[in-house]
Amino acid sequence: MDSSEILNALSTAFSVLFKGKNFVRLLGGLGVTIWIAALSVALSLVLGFLFGIVMNIKNRAVKVVCGIYLEFMRIMPQMVLLFLAYFGITHVFGISISGEAASIIVFTLWGTAEMGDLVRGALQSIPLHQYESGRAIGLTERQIFFYIIIPQTVKRLVPLSMNLITRMIKTTSLVVFVGVIEVVKIGQQIIEANRLTIPTASIAVYGLIFFMYFIVCWPLSLAADKIEKKQKM
Amino acid sequence: MDFNFIKEVIPLYVEATWLTLRIGFIGIILSFITGIFCAVVRYWKIPVLNVIVRVYTEISRNTPLLIQLFFLYFALPRLGVKLSGEQCGIIGLTFLGGSYMAETFRSSLETVGRPQLESGMCVGLNKIQLVRYVVLPQALSVSVPGLVANIIFLLKETSVFSAVALADLMYVAKDLIGLYYKTEESLFLLVIAYFIILLPISLLSRFIEKRLRYGQFGNS
Repeated sequence: MDSSEILNALSTAFSVLFKGKNFVRLLGGLGVTIWIAALSVALSLVLGFLFGIVMNIKNRAVKVVCGIYLEFMRIMPQMVLLFLAYFGITHVFGISISGEAASIIVFTLWGTAEMGDLVRGALQSIPLHQYESGRAIGLTERQIFFYIIIPQTVKRLVPLSMNLITRMIKTTSLVVFVGVIEVVKIGQQIIEANRLTIPTASIAVYGLIFFMYFIVCWPLSLAADKIEKKQKM
Repeated sequence: MDFNFIKEVIPLYVEATWLTLRIGFIGIILSFITGIFCAVVRYWKIPVLNVIVRVYTEISRNTPLLIQLFFLYFALPRLGVKLSGEQCGIIGLTFLGGSYMAETFRSSLETVGRPQLESGMCVGLNKIQLVRYVVLPQALSVSVPGLVANIIFLLKETSVFSAVALADLMYVAKDLIGLYYKTEESLFLLVIAYFIILLPISLLSRFIEKRLRYGQFGNS
């Protein structure tokens, strides 16, 4: 193909986005993706914070259990976890759960593990003298935790958890494999529907989805970088 | 659980594991090279290239590998660029991994402070010697935990290759579930296979991190 042919192919390809309700449908699909991501992120942030605090408890049994959970969640690819939840739960317990439910469960469990690890690291990075100074001015352990440790931990966690959120949003692209009708699935439907009339539709559709993910994730990464730089100074 | 079935399909999983490892290995090596190149460009702020590398990093960090693969596999052939599943996998993994590696290298290069460079210049080292004897030894040791984390991340990401018709572990498991309806056995083997690949690397990363902490602070 020479350049004018390619240009022609591209312009017909992108015309598919403006046919009928295609663009609006893709946006709707993006909405489903974001909704799943937002719900799992919110749950993981809260549960992960608690998990991180639990991991810091100095008790052998607690440490071992948390360690196994963390290791399992970090080793298994999210795709495998999704399959375990979607097919495994259905098969073993005989209950049928929707793809959305399976993905939210999986992303929450995974996000909790990752967030917990970040919280644990942040808590451990608070120097000992912070606790000691608190005690010296007569604060109770509870007050030390809530007024001294937590605010500093949260500050350190902001950029790290923002990066985690970006990763979680990116990972939600996998939910198409457990039958959720989201942006990728709708994209595939549009490509299928125009297979004969506009065979180049895949360029425009996948290009647009690519761009959509970028637009959602980029501001988060930028902000995370900015905050991190500011905190370092 | 049907153990006869498990025995029968294990060779399929072994083959798929090799495929996952092979593509993962090639992808990781290539991302490593891309990463070093990008980190060097960003560290010395080489004009023009610096901007290109920044744009590349942002794009690759903020888009999912799955969509990158779909674009390579389903969209590019329409423009006359035909790639096999394997090529797509390697290109996709390199595209994604390159930026992650670059970020790791860059942040570890930056941990080598100005005083180190200035001291090096004071004792009369030239630029190459400075890099060879002062910057690299320190930066590399700092970058190891990040590198191992990236390797684990990239190996995990290979699980989406089944989407571009590569017969990796995920693909075999999906196939067996569809063909024989042996869900439990197939998923069980899948989990085991990923454990065998990733657990040693994960444990190794713990060990390295401890050693490094020891090297830096003298306690672990």
